[in-house]
This record gives sequence, C-alpha cells and structure tokens, in this order.
Amino acid sequence: MRNIFLFIRRYFTFLAFLVFQGLALWFLFTYNRFHRAKGLGVANEITGWVNTRYNTVQDFFTMREENRRVHKLNDSLMNLLSSNFLKRDTSLRLVTDSIPYDTLGHYRRYLERAAEVVYNTVNSEKNYIQINKGSNQGIKDNMSVLNSDGSLVGRVINVSPNFSVIMSLLHVQNKVSVLVKKTKSAGSISWDGKDPRYLVLNNISVSDSIVKGDTIITGTYSNSIPFGKMVGTVAEISRDQATNFFILKIKTAANFADLQQVFVIENLQYDEQEKLLEETKKKIIKE
Amino acid sequence: MSDLVRNIIRLAIFILVQVYLLNKIPFLHQFIAPYLYYLFILWLPFNISRMGLLVIGFITGITLDFFMMTPGLHAAACVLIAYLRPFIIGILAPKDATGFSYREPSPRAMGWTPYLIYTFVLTLFHHTYMVLLEWLSFGSILSFIIKVIATTGISMLLIITTELLFPRRMKFRTNTA
Repeated sequence: MRNIFLFIRRYFTFLAFLVFQGLALWFLFTYNRFHRAKGLGVANEITGWVNTRYNTVQDFFTMREENRRVHKLNDSLMNLLSSNFLKRDTSLRLVTDSIPYDTLGHYRRYLERAAEVVYNTVNSEKNYIQINKGSNQGIKDNMSVLNSDGSLVGRVINVSPNFSVIMSLLHVQNKVSVLVKKTKSAGSISWDGKDPRYLVLNNISVSDSIVKGDTIITGTYSNSIPFGKMVGTVAEISRDQATNFFILKIKTAANFADLQQVFVIENLQYDEQEKLLEETKKKIIKE
Repeated sequence: MSDLVRNIIRLAIFILVQVYLLNKIPFLHQFIAPYLYYLFILWLPFNISRMGLLVIGFITGITLDFFMMTPGLHAAACVLIAYLRPFIIGILAPKDATGFSYREPSPRAMGWTPYLIYTFVLTLFHHTYMVLLEWLSFGSILSFIIKVIATTGISMLLIITTELLFPRRMKFRTNTA
C-alpha cells in the first residue's frame, strides 16, 4: 500500500498529465460522435455573447454584399406578384398550384425563422457556424439552414437557450442528398476538406448527360431539408475509373466566407414523419 | 503589474487574436492554418509548478475550443506542450548558472538560438498532436505530414514576428530584490 502511495506521489505530474489528456480526448471523441459536448450549452451562451459583440463591428463592413443578396431575392419575389400578370381570357379559371394555406397555418409545412450569423469559419476541416437564435426562439436540432438568397448552408446540431451551432456544408462529416435539376438523378454531396468554394458530388451515373453549369438542388429524401433549394452548380466533371459514376465538383451557391443573415427552416411535420419511420422499422422487425 | 494580472490579460488577448484575427483570415490553401495562441503557454514564467502548467494549459486549450466548437482538440495539444515545457527548458538551460536571470522565456532571457529551438520543438509537438487528432477521423497520411510542416512553418513565422514587434521589457532579476 505504501509503495502505491509513493508511486503516486513520485509520478503525480505524469498522472495529472494523463488525466487531463484523458479528459480532453473524451470531450473530443464524444463530441465528434454525437456533436454534443458536456457543458457546451453554457459555453455556447458565453462565446455567443462575445461573438455578438464582434459581429456588430463586422456587420458594418459586409452590409453591402448582404444588401445585394436580399435585394435580388426581393426582386424575384416582386416578380411573382399577381398584379404583374394579366388575365387575357375570362373563360379561363385562375388556378393556384401551391399548397393552400389559411391564416391559422394548418396546412403549413415549413416555417422560416430569420437569424444572424455571429461566428463562422471556412479554414478548418470541420467548420461550424454559430447563430443568435436558440431554443428560446424555437430552434431545434436537425433543422436546416438557408442563406439569405435561399441556398443551402447547413444543419443545426446543437442548441442553447439563445444561440445554436450549425454544421456547415463545409464539414468533412457532412452528407446531404441532392438532385441534378435537369435530369432529376439523385446523389449525395459532401466536402473533401480542401477548398471551401467547392463541394464533391458522387453517385451520379455516367449515363446521365451532365454539363458544366448544371444546377444542383436539394433532394426529396430528407425530412428536414425542403425540396428544391439551391445548393450549387457543376464546376468540374471527372469520371471515376473504377465505377460507373461521375465525380463532380460543385461550386457552392452560398459564399461561405461571407454569411450574415440566414433562415432556419423548421419542418412542422418533422416529428410525425420521424415517428412514422420509427414505428415502421419496429413493425418490420416484429413480423 | 503582478504576474497573475499580466497573464490573465495576455490569455484574453491571445484568445481574441486567435479567434477573431487569425481564424478569420480569408482562405488561402487547405494546409494554411495560422496558430499563435499557444505562445501564451510558452511565455509563462519559469517558476510555475509543473502541476500549475498543466492546469493553465488545459484552461487555455478548452477556452479556445469553446470558441472554435472543437471541444478537447486544442486542450489535448496544450496539455501536451505544458507537460513537455519543463523538460525542453531543462535541456536548454545554461549549465553554469542555477537558473535564468529573467522571469519568462524570451529571446533576451535565453538568447535567440535556444529560444527558437525551444519554440520550434514545442510548436512541432503541438501541431503534430493536434493535426493527428484531426486526421484520425479524416484524410491521408501525405496530407497529414504536409499539414504539420506547413502549419509549423507559419506558426514559427508568426512567433518570430511577434517577438520582433512586441519585445517584452522585463526586469533583470537579482538576489537583492
């Protein structure tokens, strides 16, 4: 027994070193697997507060670009106003093909919440974005995030009362199902950690006719991401020699170095859809 | 100014510079990631106990981690260099003197060559360990090696620039004081 105490006293610093290493590595690996770290909620509030202070200064320099994007979106919405259309033939009935909605929001599927980016990086291999809305404002995990011009930015992975953390598309563990708009063929998009302007799209068969500049939009497979949102355009086409698939380099629609105002999209039927999937899985196992 | 106050202010400045200046540098290349914050640990006074160094190293790393949303990554690397620091200083200490006549490691206290060796070795350890942890989940062996070399080079450049731009005025320590 005495020898054990002597041993501990003699190598106390080394043991302390091992304890600290263990603690740090435990933080790291639990976070990487679940994207939730112990105490990150509290830390998120504090870093969020500091980041907000910094952001008020930064806003001043990037407002022009933001203004341009919002103006462009505004322009496209103005063009949809019914007063811009002339009804030529009175015998024709005006049909709206959008989902009908009432003011109570019974038929509403997606709800958008505006938020401001307070911290964002592009230089790391795992880039995260922090925004100034949290669970108090109704943000939940797995909601998708769009840029102010409607292009896909990422997914909410961690929420504290007033701030939330988003996994950017520029994250090596990120995977999103997308469509080629022209041919409607589905693939999954990821990031290779190299250049923050380009993503990589796999699983598009070489039988598809893909040309440079083709638009890539979000797919239908995800419960959290609305269909048809802009992701990017094809910038480079190469073939995987081993398989019959293209490797496409996609220029992102959102400029990740310059994010400011974003929309957080909530799917109001998300819980119902997820529950249905769960129960279906259970049912299949039972039978 | 006491050592404690000086170092608290220093920590705040290093973290803010790292988070809001170096991390915000527009993207140049995938291997270019400027790191300077760990110079705080290298600048700590000589007379801190080894246990104290480990605690301070962990706090420094975890503070940066919470800003960069990578809990544990920088903390692990910082604890490693905080543990190794006394050994490196022990190797580089002049044999005839009982210790250094200045309070903190600096080019003036140690001489330029030993100081650069000291910073280079610890920088290499810090970056190798950090990039290794990042690389475990992703990447190839070649990109790992190139990234360690590139980030170490950039960090050394930043450290030398910092030393030349902000020479620390320090009192000569005497027995009478």
